[in-house]
Amino acid sequence: MAATGTATTSPLPPRARGALLWLRENLFSSWGNTLLTLLALWLIWQAVTTVLGWAVLDATWQGKDGSACHAGGACWPFASAWFGQFMYGRYPEPERWRVNLTYALALAGLVPLMVPRVPGKPWTLLYLLAAFPVLAVILLSGGVLGLAHVPTDLWGGLLVTLVIASTGIAAAFPLGIVLALGRRSAMPIVRWLSIGFIEVIRGVPLITVLFMASVMLPLFLPEQWTIDKLVRALIMVALFSAAYMAEVIRGGLQAIPRGQFEAADALGLSWAQKMGLIVLPQALKLTIPGMVGTFIGLFKDTSLVLIIGIFDLLGIAHAASAAPAWLSPSTPMTAYAVAGFIFWIFCFGMSRYSQMLERRLEAGGERVVAKAAYE
Amino acid sequence: MAALTRPGRANGLAGLLYRPEVRRVVYQVLILGAVAFAAWWVVDNVAANLRRQGIVAGLDFLGETAGFDISQSLIAYSNLSTYGRAFWVGLLNTLLVAVLGIVAATVIGFVIGIARLSSNWLVARLAGAYVEIARNLPLLLQLFFWYAAVLQTLPSPRQSYVLPLGAYLNVRGLHLPAPVAQPGFWAVALALAAGLAVAVAVWFWARRRQALTGERFPAFWTGLAAIVVLPLLAFLAAGSPLRFDYPQLQGFNFQGGITLLPELIALLLGLSIYTASFIAEIVRAGILGVSKGQTEAAQALGLSRGRTLRLVVVPQAARIIIPPLTSQYLNLTKNSSLAVAIGYPDLVNVFAGTVLNQTNKHAVEVILITMGVFLTLSLLTSLFMNWFNRRMALVEG
Repeated sequence: MAATGTATTSPLPPRARGALLWLRENLFSSWGNTLLTLLALWLIWQAVTTVLGWAVLDATWQGKDGSACHAGGACWPFASAWFGQFMYGRYPEPERWRVNLTYALALAGLVPLMVPRVPGKPWTLLYLLAAFPVLAVILLSGGVLGLAHVPTDLWGGLLVTLVIASTGIAAAFPLGIVLALGRRSAMPIVRWLSIGFIEVIRGVPLITVLFMASVMLPLFLPEQWTIDKLVRALIMVALFSAAYMAEVIRGGLQAIPRGQFEAADALGLSWAQKMGLIVLPQALKLTIPGMVGTFIGLFKDTSLVLIIGIFDLLGIAHAASAAPAWLSPSTPMTAYAVAGFIFWIFCFGMSRYSQMLERRLEAGGERVVAKAAYE
Repeated sequence: MAALTRPGRANGLAGLLYRPEVRRVVYQVLILGAVAFAAWWVVDNVAANLRRQGIVAGLDFLGETAGFDISQSLIAYSNLSTYGRAFWVGLLNTLLVAVLGIVAATVIGFVIGIARLSSNWLVARLAGAYVEIARNLPLLLQLFFWYAAVLQTLPSPRQSYVLPLGAYLNVRGLHLPAPVAQPGFWAVALALAAGLAVAVAVWFWARRRQALTGERFPAFWTGLAAIVVLPLLAFLAAGSPLRFDYPQLQGFNFQGGITLLPELIALLLGLSIYTASFIAEIVRAGILGVSKGQTEAAQALGLSRGRTLRLVVVPQAARIIIPPLTSQYLNLTKNSSLAVAIGYPDLVNVFAGTVLNQTNKHAVEVILITMGVFLTLSLLTSLFMNWFNRRMALVEG
């Protein structure tokens, strides 16, 4: 009560509410802050006008070849002419429904798997890991059941990106579990072999591993063996991501309290039972965000296969930007913008999904192993 | 009771297999055997394949004449040099782009990371947008974007963009004035060394004095002054022994000065912008990882805002930031191998690219050497990390 006198005499601050108050507190609280706000506004203005000018105002909307695209903006007729290639590569047009059907089959498994509320996860996982790959190979490659055979050198675009990324992650998952368990094994030879593999792979760039696939793998095998180029890249990508996956899973294993191991031992469970029934189910749950992170990294890195001559989404964009019929100053930018937009949608979507999972797990009081060692 | 008896304990040989220590040995022998067999099989295939193609493996080819030019070289190199020399040119180019990229990525990453925590809503959102865009696009796509879609569409040398301080930008690259040391420049270098020595001495002395008496001495500013003022005085005393070699348009291209190739610029832009988005997240997590109580305790002790940051927040954030930061540096170095896609002459492009294509017989050696270089770099990094973690480990109680 002693302070009443002074409190009443000081003038009341101007009553700012709602939007005005928010603006003053968050954007104009001081001179420095106001300056920063103005700088940010200027940057946003620059970015918006540049992007809008390029994609809409200065863009070319109609034309039959590159000669139409000289306005300086995007060359959209090129993008629409090449869109089929971006999606499917040179996959024959009458057969493209097979690719779409494969996507639909994948979604039929992925959606129930990714929505936390839907029950029956083990069955969906079983479908995705056992039934779906067989169906996908039959549908995409053909040669059986009256489906025309489509050799893999005709595959391209987003199709190849998705095939490499999903095969890579599906193969890396079991391999990563084995390597992670191996690294924590009590058997020195197993431990050292696992450490050696993981550290060697993690120490070299993916590009050298892919070079190895295209140059050295044929030397490693007997003369008469030949492996499809795409399959070679798939094997290497799978081995590569397995090493990163192993480190994510090892993080999950380390987060399981010792008591869980000891309790399993006390119950007289064998090593396989202890790991399969007690430790791994808990550890893997914690590593899901980290695995999504690894998958995002892998998804982006699939673009490197263009260096060994496989036309993934970026490979098609790169080839398209130099296509003779559409040669123009704005063709490369348009090609990379389209490919970039597709890549971005996938990666951003997955990273948001992983953040959502992380929050859910943390809300459940779990210690999440979110940081993918990959990125 | 029969069910509780350990099975097989009674009968000798079969019973042995139920003992964990025996089983461990058996498993390991089996695995080692399988791995050894696979290795032997591969080596045998390689030997057979090489023999059939009449190739003798070995490193002698490193002494042969390379016969190709390299667009950028930090050491003397011509097409008469050896493959071994080309290897060093490539390695130095890789290290150059890695060092420049690390510096740039660190600066951008720290600025963006701190901006994301800014109390200014707009600035924080803008930094967030940068991170989400840069890290969700493949690096290779970003490299193509900078190289093919931006730098390759720049004007020809005759229509160059004129930049301040005598620099020019065109489709051939960025031309900068080159500083050329004149006789007498050694005095400046000497003064710089003396300044550094003074700074270190002052810092040690100030620390001792503070430990003994509790009095503080502005060691940082004194040291900085010594490092800046001494060389400056020497520079003026020696009669400004520094000249600039300005790039000049002669014919169709610029002569003189330093030229940064468009490949190098594209690679630097791509690597630093991409890696900075990850560094920004690491910095943000590091600063958020220091609990609010620490800041409040420091303020309660009467430390100023700057001192709170420098003595309380930064040392604790560094503990969180440095390990993932180091692995980002390593990633950047490994990612610099994407140079091969845009034609910057790094190790992978020169050695695992051109040299491999020319000496096709020695593909195995070339790939193994290239991998060996990156493995060595990553081994050195992890040695540093282990040392750092030991040094920085929390000592409690």
